[in-house]
Amino acid sequence: MKRSINIWQGIDKISILLFLVLVIMGWFNIYAAVYNEDHKGIFDLSQRYGKQFIWILASLVLAVFIVIIDTRFYFFFAWLIYGGLIFLLMLVLILGKDINGARSWFEFGQVSFQPSEFAKFGTALVLADFLNKRRHELTKLKVIIPSAAIILLPAILTALQPDLGSTVVFFSFFVVLYREGMSPFIFVSGLLMLVLFFFTLLINDIYLEIGIIVIAFLLTWLVTRKWKVFVTGLGIFLFISGALYVLDHFVINSLGNKLVILLSLILSGIAFAYYIYQKKAISVLIIYLFLLGSIIYIDSVDYGYSHLLKPHQRERVEIMLGFKSDPHGTGYNVNQSMISIGSGGMTGKGYLQGTQTKFKFVPAQSTDFIFCTIGEEWGFLGSVTVVGLYLFLLLRLIMLAERQRSVFSRIYGYGVVSILFTHFFINIGMAIGLVPVIGIPLPFLSYGGSSLWGFTILLFIFLRLDASRTEYLV
Amino acid sequence: MKDIYVNRKYVIIGLIIVVSLILIIKMFVIQVVEDTYRMSADNNVLRYVTQYPARGLIYDRNGKLVVFNQAAYDLMVIPAQTGKMDTSLFCSDLGITKAILKEKMKSAVTYSRRAPSVFLKQISAETYAKFQEKMFMYPGFYVQPRTLRKYSRPVAAHLLGYVSEADESLIRQDPYYKPGDYIGKLGIEEAYEKELRGTRGVKIFMVDVYSRIKGSYAEGDMDTLAVQGRDIISAIDLDLQEYGERLMQNKTGSIVAIEPGTGEILALVSSPNYDPGLLVGRIRSENFTGLQADTLLPLFNRAFMASYPPGSTFKPINGLIALQEKVIYPSTRFGCDNGYLFVACHSHSSPLDLEGAIMNSCNSYFCQTYRRILENPRYASVSEAYGKWKSYLDEFGFGKKLGSEFVNELPGLIPPPSYFERFYGKNTWKALNVISLAIGQGEIGTTPMQMANMTAAIANRGYFYTPHIVKSIGSGGRIDSAFTTRHKISIDSVNFESVINGMEAAVNGGAGATARIAALQDIIVCGKTGTAENPHGEDHSVFIAFAPRDNPKIAIAVYVENAGFGATYAAPVASLIIEKYLKGEISEANKWQEQRILELNLINKLPAIETEH
Ligand SMILES: [Zn+2]
Repeated sequence: MKRSINIWQGIDKISILLFLVLVIMGWFNIYAAVYNEDHKGIFDLSQRYGKQFIWILASLVLAVFIVIIDTRFYFFFAWLIYGGLIFLLMLVLILGKDINGARSWFEFGQVSFQPSEFAKFGTALVLADFLNKRRHELTKLKVIIPSAAIILLPAILTALQPDLGSTVVFFSFFVVLYREGMSPFIFVSGLLMLVLFFFTLLINDIYLEIGIIVIAFLLTWLVTRKWKVFVTGLGIFLFISGALYVLDHFVINSLGNKLVILLSLILSGIAFAYYIYQKKAISVLIIYLFLLGSIIYIDSVDYGYSHLLKPHQRERVEIMLGFKSDPHGTGYNVNQSMISIGSGGMTGKGYLQGTQTKFKFVPAQSTDFIFCTIGEEWGFLGSVTVVGLYLFLLLRLIMLAERQRSVFSRIYGYGVVSILFTHFFINIGMAIGLVPVIGIPLPFLSYGGSSLWGFTILLFIFLRLDASRTEYLV
Repeated sequence: MKDIYVNRKYVIIGLIIVVSLILIIKMFVIQVVEDTYRMSADNNVLRYVTQYPARGLIYDRNGKLVVFNQAAYDLMVIPAQTGKMDTSLFCSDLGITKAILKEKMKSAVTYSRRAPSVFLKQISAETYAKFQEKMFMYPGFYVQPRTLRKYSRPVAAHLLGYVSEADESLIRQDPYYKPGDYIGKLGIEEAYEKELRGTRGVKIFMVDVYSRIKGSYAEGDMDTLAVQGRDIISAIDLDLQEYGERLMQNKTGSIVAIEPGTGEILALVSSPNYDPGLLVGRIRSENFTGLQADTLLPLFNRAFMASYPPGSTFKPINGLIALQEKVIYPSTRFGCDNGYLFVACHSHSSPLDLEGAIMNSCNSYFCQTYRRILENPRYASVSEAYGKWKSYLDEFGFGKKLGSEFVNELPGLIPPPSYFERFYGKNTWKALNVISLAIGQGEIGTTPMQMANMTAAIANRGYFYTPHIVKSIGSGGRIDSAFTTRHKISIDSVNFESVINGMEAAVNGGAGATARIAALQDIIVCGKTGTAENPHGEDHSVFIAFAPRDNPKIAIAVYVENAGFGATYAAPVASLIIEKYLKGEISEANKWQEQRILELNLINKLPAIETEH
């Protein structure tokens, strides 16, 4: 018994307190969101708040179990847990219940279960185990590629459901790789690819490509600080592209503007190569490669999007990304959500006094749009408090992660931080119209057993590892 | 093991702090700075008025309007916004009692105090006009415009279906529907609900405590427009449908007419029927109960929900299978001595070849043909030969749902070989056990629509398109590709010619032809009579036909229940429909026939209807 007492002493009380505050806040706000005069009791099990109460109790039991279990369990079974969850992610594609065209949930009678919520901690465990010994080699492809594969496997499986929200969440594990030494260029490329992907679908490709070329030349000037280099480089490019454009416009007539840009860039590259080789201008080379890579990437995204996807799939993606307003889908939700939050003003309308959310015009107001209720009833002050609580929790977890002596624990800790941060940012961001609507829950606050348990397991494994940070030096 | 990347934590911490700040700034903008989203929440409230889209219209194949919309008004109430008002005046304006007011308010409060609920459904235009002026006196009440269905002619109720309010179980299943929404039930209204319903919109108004609209919220930026439903061009010919219903009045039975070249249903009559206008608006539930209680089952669609043994109309298909299996040839002759074993036949010349047998509807001929099909030495057992026979029927669409838009169509029944194996023993059952199948009697059931489809397949000499009721969605919108896929039957077209010769002779032949009553002056009709055995009363009169013989334009199956032999009533009905469709009117020579059918009343001599469910 002595050892378990130590564990309870060593566990981080501040994180647990923040966890409890968020969970209880969630419960009260779910009550407000689905408030119904006929079922006033907050424990009424026929209502969502009653059910959430049960799930909260169960998650507390779960938390206690996790803390009691020996940490070696997670080292030994990391791969087994990951494998099992990947299997469930595959199984759900076949046996899952089709809800609005996506297969993300298993349904057994009254009980539903969403495997992607659990796959997150499984992935964090395996990533920690894999990088534990190899983190010094994160600059080499032989480590980067398998690490990326560990992340991409569940990301692709959730994309197939399709559940874009979970896919994006898995991508946030790249933050962990960055922390452990992966080149920021890869990290930046990844981010760039994500941003370019959105922009390619959003903006006319030609303007996008011209914009990127302009940025690239400005960067070159910034790096070299030589007007001569800048003007000569631009001159060469403009000359080649101009000539190609005229040629295509009057003679060949079949290249198209995008191919003209790509070809000009490759041809100018030969001229630039001479300069780069002469001056050993590595930074210019990097900018050029980034530029070329971006243009090729944009063209292939555009091609894949307009040729490989069927019209109805395109429409679904556009609606999911919020580019196309579906009068009863996402655009509508965001409008309603912003009205609710905006109508809260500085101090809010008071608990249970919200009118907008009561109209039932904000769909999913107890799950993905729980922040509406907070914004409307607690106002700006309440909203800032919630953001503050998450910020506090995230910074606290980073602090805990950094004090680990075991690399395994630190990597896992950063996994937890990445996941929670992504959920926090996307969920609140979409409720206030900052991020496209990709439905993912707000950790600990949103209604739902799978997500609450998933986050509880994710967090408490880390708190458990932290509590015994002095025991092992894995 | 020095951690050289430890400083990267500051990048991550920085990212988190910056993102949090961005969130807070945006919140500050929408919650504190901008007043687009903020309202003086003290006494102004938003009212969300659903913009119900007009449901799509339904046209017939010639562009005649069949179903359209009329305006109606629902009186809505938001209990939380109601206040002091003159209840006596209110009740007299609406023509209701105070007890009703009390009861309706109570149910509205039970649903939700803050969300709107329907107080009074479909108030009249006059009441609406009167009420609109005094709206300011009744806080919390407002009028919601709706549309109701209206029909250009009181016909085609069965194939159109109707529109009713979405019930609770459906609302739970499909998140699109909200209480008070309408949804199509049965027929075209159900099958094309997604196309017809359009998309709801919502207008947001600011309303003061007296329920007065203060203007659009955020200058209408948050409103969404309703999108009207798409129109449906139905395949039916409205005139033909109406004519068919007139011919079938005072009789029970059905008519299914198909355009063989496309599978489009030209007319689909089930009698007795009802005026579709009876199931609209406030009178709907009362009329529905009345129709449900009617012993003649007017709500029951016999055209594809009743299954009968096909009788002699099955002979052509048995002839086709026998030819394809090469157990008979067109010239094969069988004698008939007023019957074959225990199956009786009428007197006619004997022996007959295939054409003569179809023309005379000889039972003996087809019993012997069927024996040859089942005792075909190419197959190891009767079971295997029967399985082969059934596989041809499968291809024609028997024993399974055809796959039309009507979800509730019956599959009918063609038993698998195992059914007879169980009855007569696996290796001991014989062709004679099931010989009645030769003449379409016994353990089989087919729907009128399946028979019309078979006739279309014969008319096409070996292929068909799945029967369907809709030609196009909107202008030029394609229908499901399942309806434009040709189903080829593995019987050679030359075999069809032999059977069609027999069907032509049955209508147009000399002595012994069984369906001469269906002959038309200058159109070659090919047909076959049938009598569906009815153990509960007089047999049903059945007739299948297509016309003209070359390049057929219409294939039809007619069932007149309790009318006896096929030629008596079903054949003239089919002939009249064919003439009406191909010529546009009934010739003088056929007028007496039309008169005879119109005046015929079989309803009174009706026992209970036998139907398979
Ligand atoms: Zn005979």
